[in-house]
Amino acid sequence: MKVHEYQAKALLRAAGVPVPRGEWAETAVAARAIAQRLGGKVVVKAQVHAGGRGKAGGIKLADDAAGAEKAAAQIIGMRLKTPQTPPEGIQVRSVLVEEASAVGRELYLSITLDRARATHVAMASVAGGMEIEEVAARTPDKILREWAHPALGLGDFQARRLAFGLGLTGDALKQGVGLIRSLFAFYLGKDCSLAEINPMVVTTDGRVLALDAKLNFDDSALFRHPEIQALRDTHEEDPLDVEASKYGLNYIKLDGDVGCMVNGAGLAMATMDIIKLAGGEPANFLDVGGGASPEQIENAFRILSSDPRVKAVFINVFGGILRCDRLAEGVIAAVKKLGLRLPVVVRMEGTNVELGKKMLAESGLHLTSADDMGDGARKAVALARGGA
Amino acid sequence: MSILVDKRTRVVVQGITGKEGAFHAARCKEYGTQVVGGVTPGKGGTTHEGFPVWNTVAEAVAAESADCALIFVPPAAAADAIMEAAAAGVTLVVCITEGIPVGDMVRAKHFLAGTRSRLIGPNCPGVITPDQAKIGIMPGHIHKSGAVGVVSRSGTLTYEVVGQLTARGVGQSTCVGIGGDPVNGTSFVDVLRLFNEDADTRAIMMIGEIGGTAEEDAAEFIRASVKKPVVAFICGQTAPPGRRMGHAGAIIAGGKGTAAEKMQALERAGATLVRSPADMGATVAKVIGA
Repeated sequence: MKVHEYQAKALLRAAGVPVPRGEWAETAVAARAIAQRLGGKVVVKAQVHAGGRGKAGGIKLADDAAGAEKAAAQIIGMRLKTPQTPPEGIQVRSVLVEEASAVGRELYLSITLDRARATHVAMASVAGGMEIEEVAARTPDKILREWAHPALGLGDFQARRLAFGLGLTGDALKQGVGLIRSLFAFYLGKDCSLAEINPMVVTTDGRVLALDAKLNFDDSALFRHPEIQALRDTHEEDPLDVEASKYGLNYIKLDGDVGCMVNGAGLAMATMDIIKLAGGEPANFLDVGGGASPEQIENAFRILSSDPRVKAVFINVFGGILRCDRLAEGVIAAVKKLGLRLPVVVRMEGTNVELGKKMLAESGLHLTSADDMGDGARKAVALARGGA
Repeated sequence: MSILVDKRTRVVVQGITGKEGAFHAARCKEYGTQVVGGVTPGKGGTTHEGFPVWNTVAEAVAAESADCALIFVPPAAAADAIMEAAAAGVTLVVCITEGIPVGDMVRAKHFLAGTRSRLIGPNCPGVITPDQAKIGIMPGHIHKSGAVGVVSRSGTLTYEVVGQLTARGVGQSTCVGIGGDPVNGTSFVDVLRLFNEDADTRAIMMIGEIGGTAEEDAAEFIRASVKKPVVAFICGQTAPPGRRMGHAGAIIAGGKGTAAEKMQALERAGATLVRSPADMGATVAKVIGA
């Protein structure tokens, strides 16, 4: 799960990571009041779950409160388009108003999982402010890495090694080490999947600050962090994704016109692939899971068919835990309730497949059956193109 | 005739009094697996649907010489269940549970490194050696005993390939689901090594997916060490970057972990690549001349 920068900074401030003073505003008037309280120059930053905001006009510097109000009025309500947003951009609903910092040096710091080593890795670089992927590609030797012990965490000597490597000295060294330690403790304690400070800055008056902050959390661990879960902003997600998550369905909306409903993530991805190979475009990823109930199947079907772009639906199920008769029951119930607006191709295999096929055949519904996943994909793509 | 499990394997089911645990313990037993009983803390001394229940894995090991644990414990307690099985000396731990926090798995994997135990999973369908032992949630009846080793990060996609193989009369030596999580116990390389050394495995079908570098590592191992034909399919060729595709580990991050990179690495290593998931069985059949 992602959170906004203003939420990340509030969490980090409470965890002992120094961040600039600032507050969150949903209106230009509120932004003005915050700037007034802060005094001096401020930065007004669009709050969206995407990077690259500066270049897209989502971050503005203001000299005073009046300037902050003007900047906020420009940013709030705009559709921000960055390389990390969908092509149509995302609507900005709020801003973070922060004291402007006199930046001396820009550094990079992050903590994430290293899958290959099965432990957490802290990365630092003197090339702050740049995308780390870019730094990794161009000058890999500029990235310092310290792997945490899987059980004991990041040692102080490791935090010091990173801080020395960043060229910090004197009091800034002490502050940097403290920041790294606090960030790692937060990352571990709150089950983050990514904690990224880019840039981490040394101000001209010698303070080490997290000027930006990006926190992602492990979805599987949210159950033990209700305070983090409460920060979810569903405005930043596709409405159909949000709807699907209510029913425990794994749904991701894509751009094509062949809707697919599959059990299991691997088979769901493979189904998208085979639709593409058959000359079509998948409209979504949808994994109804191993033990889907007829009710979940019904909700899945409803969500699929509510995407106006979908022209045909391909149901591809290899029943293991999910029995084919239960799938058939769910599909029949959904179609009876919602009507059959779209052509539906069903391919099923596995436990109780004969019973499931019999139920579908006797339902009187006009469904197209497929022999295997290749056949199903070809039929679904043809139906989406208006043929049969 | 197989790797990891056979008809001598003695299984204890952790979380046997739960709905999933009880259901699948019975299915495994029906298949012919030696399921000796289960563990649910606090319910020791009782029986559940005909299975004896112990409070701890150690008790199951002492009473019935269990050497394999099959875990259906809910995510919050699953990593602990894995460590308990390893501490009790169980040599093979198969964890079905999906949604274990990554941080918990980092610690559990470290714990395992100091024991004799191998972990399969988590978030996997388990391991099956056809006609001998089914230790997991896969539908047993689709399998057929034979000489193709199957290893996969996915569950249902493994059933798909097994279904395609069996339909062509091509049997399997052992099928191993290594799981869809970013931190798992056993890698492609581990299973490839076992299949490579197994006298009765003639060819290997490997199913990878986007995210991480496990397939690239497998490619390097195939190039350097595997003497048997390997057929590979990578799913997620059409997956958008930055989105987690169902499996916690299936995400293209920072332009890395794409299907294209993995397919290229495997092809260069000498594996036969399958482009369409509908052609997996046919390709294996062709490679082994069946």
